[in-house]
Amino acid sequence: MNLRRDVFQAIADPTRRAILLLVASQSLTAGAIAANFDTARPTVSKHLQILTECELLKQEQSGREVHYHINAKKMKAIADFIEPFRQMWDDRFNKLETLMKEFKSKK
Amino acid sequence: MELKTKVHAEEGKHDLTITREFDLPVELLFRAYAEPELIEQWMGNKVLKFEAKKYGGWHFEKKDDKGNIVFEADGVIHEFLPNQKITRTFEMYNTPFGVQLEITAFEKLTDETSKVNMHVIYESAEQRDLVLKLPFAQGINWAHNRIQELLSKLK
Repeated sequence: MNLRRDVFQAIADPTRRAILLLVASQSLTAGAIAANFDTARPTVSKHLQILTECELLKQEQSGREVHYHINAKKMKAIADFIEPFRQMWDDRFNKLETLMKEFKSKK
Repeated sequence: MELKTKVHAEEGKHDLTITREFDLPVELLFRAYAEPELIEQWMGNKVLKFEAKKYGGWHFEKKDDKGNIVFEADGVIHEFLPNQKITRTFEMYNTPFGVQLEITAFEKLTDETSKVNMHVIYESAEQRDLVLKLPFAQGINWAHNRIQELLSKLK
């Protein structure tokens, strides 16, 4: 899975873009974020999940509530230079996994 | 959406971690790191020396089609614990990257799955960032080499 493509996909969606804009100014709970949209709550949850998985958003537990906030450093880091490095290791590890699966079935 | 390989590098620090989960038993995963003929296949390097033991040395190289060395690195193995951990130094020839310390931990998740956690420590934050930027330049060469390989096979 290509992170860069995922990040672009994440930002390409208008609802997700709106979520990022909302959370950019202050950290919010999932409920508070959902209240800003007409979209069904599970749909908003799905968007939050995607943004969190892409590491554009960070979850922070405070008492019984989870707050979402922008992971600015990560966004910058991805854009700057981490992604090609990660991709290089991902390619290597994919090769390793394929190789050892074949190796295992040959035994 | 799940990313199999994760890299964590904080700004201004001189280390980073690389983690990855595998659909492989930890014993098989470790073998890929322990046997030269397997290392050569997934790393894409020639193994000139590989002494899998404490104080053992290792030496890898990669040549292009014309026989020019495009990558060469060596180091010393500090700890070699099967299915658990490999600690080694790593230094690439003819680069300003300095020496790095690599602590690679292997973890069994289930009988059929496992995880690798690499902790890489560089001499400075500047050197770490240089290494992180490396694939930009290298990726172009590698793609170029692959095209050449494919074309030479068509001839």
